[in-house]
Amino acid sequence: MDPGMTECQYSQISTVASSPMESQLGKKIPKRKWQTFPGRNKFYCNGRIMMGRQTGVFYLTLVLIVVTSGLFFAFDCPFLAYSLSPAIPAIGAFLFLFVMGMLLRASFSDPGVLPRATPDEAAHLECQIADDGINSPGSGGCRSPPRTQEVVINGQTVKLKYCFTCKIFRPPRASHCSLCDNCVERFDHHCPWVGNCVGKRNYRYFYLFILSLSFLTIFIFAFVITHIVLRSNQTGFLSALKDSPASVLEVVVCFFSMWSIVGLSGFHTYLIGSNQTTNEDIKGLWSSKRGKGNYNPYSYSSVITNCCAALCGPLPPSLIDRRGFIQPDTPQTAIQSNGTTAYVAPQPQAPMCDQDQCIQGTKFVFQAATTPLLHSDPISLGSVPPLLGKIPLGVACSTLSYPAQHAAAASMPSRPWEGQALAHRDPEHEANRQLYPQAPGLGAYGPSSQDSLHQDSVRGLVKLSSV
Amino acid sequence: MIHILHRFFFPFLQTHSLQDLRQQAPVAAKVFVQRDYTSGTICQFQTKFPAALETRIDKQQFEDTIRKLNSLYAEAEKLGGRSYLEGCLACLTAYTIFLCMETHYEKVLKKIANYIQDQNDKIYAPRGLLLIDPIERGLRVVEITVFEDRSTGPGR
Repeated sequence: MDPGMTECQYSQISTVASSPMESQLGKKIPKRKWQTFPGRNKFYCNGRIMMGRQTGVFYLTLVLIVVTSGLFFAFDCPFLAYSLSPAIPAIGAFLFLFVMGMLLRASFSDPGVLPRATPDEAAHLECQIADDGINSPGSGGCRSPPRTQEVVINGQTVKLKYCFTCKIFRPPRASHCSLCDNCVERFDHHCPWVGNCVGKRNYRYFYLFILSLSFLTIFIFAFVITHIVLRSNQTGFLSALKDSPASVLEVVVCFFSMWSIVGLSGFHTYLIGSNQTTNEDIKGLWSSKRGKGNYNPYSYSSVITNCCAALCGPLPPSLIDRRGFIQPDTPQTAIQSNGTTAYVAPQPQAPMCDQDQCIQGTKFVFQAATTPLLHSDPISLGSVPPLLGKIPLGVACSTLSYPAQHAAAASMPSRPWEGQALAHRDPEHEANRQLYPQAPGLGAYGPSSQDSLHQDSVRGLVKLSSV
Repeated sequence: MIHILHRFFFPFLQTHSLQDLRQQAPVAAKVFVQRDYTSGTICQFQTKFPAALETRIDKQQFEDTIRKLNSLYAEAEKLGGRSYLEGCLACLTAYTIFLCMETHYEKVLKKIANYIQDQNDKIYAPRGLLLIDPIERGLRVVEITVFEDRSTGPGR
């Protein structure tokens, strides 16, 4: 099974990073970066397509749209084209194609994932802050950096949080999605209907998708009703329904989905106009209720500028370069077993993060030992963290669901455990950090070491949430 | 004078490519110039001069490089008639236009890559330094690799 060789072959890749030992053993096939991507994303078509982990609801979205539109074109359009105008199926077709295009674009593109810090960067960040005297210059090197950094943006004080998974200070408006295990720039929310995060790079596609879908839904609903009414005038209501049974299904689907989709479009129109993300709106970060001088520092002077910036602004490139080839001298995240070997560094970087070195070293050992097993047997991600898995599935991508997803996706400062000394850190990441040191001792962690570590981190999160 | 001495003692820096430089010379340290978020989310880097470079390069030159990089990134992310036109055109063609043409941002990134290459050749490599394009680090940092100073002459 060699995903690197064939084009457009649908091959799921395990989230456990492939070990560099393969290339050292003389395999000539150069690996592409998506194959060792540390987040929980799925890649298809040799890295061209990137999606979130749980794609079941995305397929449901596809089926609903395609089936409803298909029934419309098959059963209602002939009558409408004949009795009203052929422009109706033409407009319908255009709307349908636009909706599908935007959906696929939103689902398949990189939402703006921030690549994780290289080991050198992470070490530098931790030591630099220790040297600045923020941490006590204690025994043996640097401690991990404080949780937040403050920066003043356009007159507002914004806190930049340190992400323990990605080992970076998150840029403003970025957030860590726990479902995909990535930091995403200008993180809006993780949408299960689209099967991907919605962030800086795909927000406009997501917005155009829901907007055009509202038009399509209303369009189909209106014209199916028109069709039934016109037919009833000719042959009576019941026989009209008998002649066109599909119309009933279409009306039902459109009626129920219309409210949430139109509502969502309206909500996102408001967000675009005020230049906020769903995340920020739910937290009420820039609301005037928080304080008199509280305003949104990212908002431009007018609503029109905000809209133009969100929808027609420059398209930033993907930062993760998923189809690039891995260079042998490029520092890899979470693969280096021992930071001291590669560089002759006079700074005390080596003794620092001993815990991290141990963890990474152990991970590396597990990966190396279990690589043959991984290749013979696709990692089943079915035993996905039950708590987080259940939250998005079946929950409409509406404002009601955002708190639940948001709770999973980002840390909330109002959680009760924040006040405790233990959790001066991001609780879910704290869970990660606490559980990793135990990994060496638990010999039962075999082929799915990284997946089970993720699962354990979620169990840890659940335990913390019960505090 | 110092430049001549450096060229004398570091001939390999002139004749070999920067890739060879990376592989042959031992790395003494790595300096990371962090992002500056005071103007918001646009890509800007701090112009604060890192202490580790004090003995290697002029403060002014370093600041000039960073300021030029900042202006290039600002150009890439600028909201104006051109970016709006590109955005609207792309939307009308359902974004298929990007199959045949590059986005404005990508064009500017190429310009940045050329600028960094140029700076490395002219200013940084002769001093035993190497600028790494920030795009290779996810636009998080400007990484400057400091190579060991092998000069045994009368010094800098």
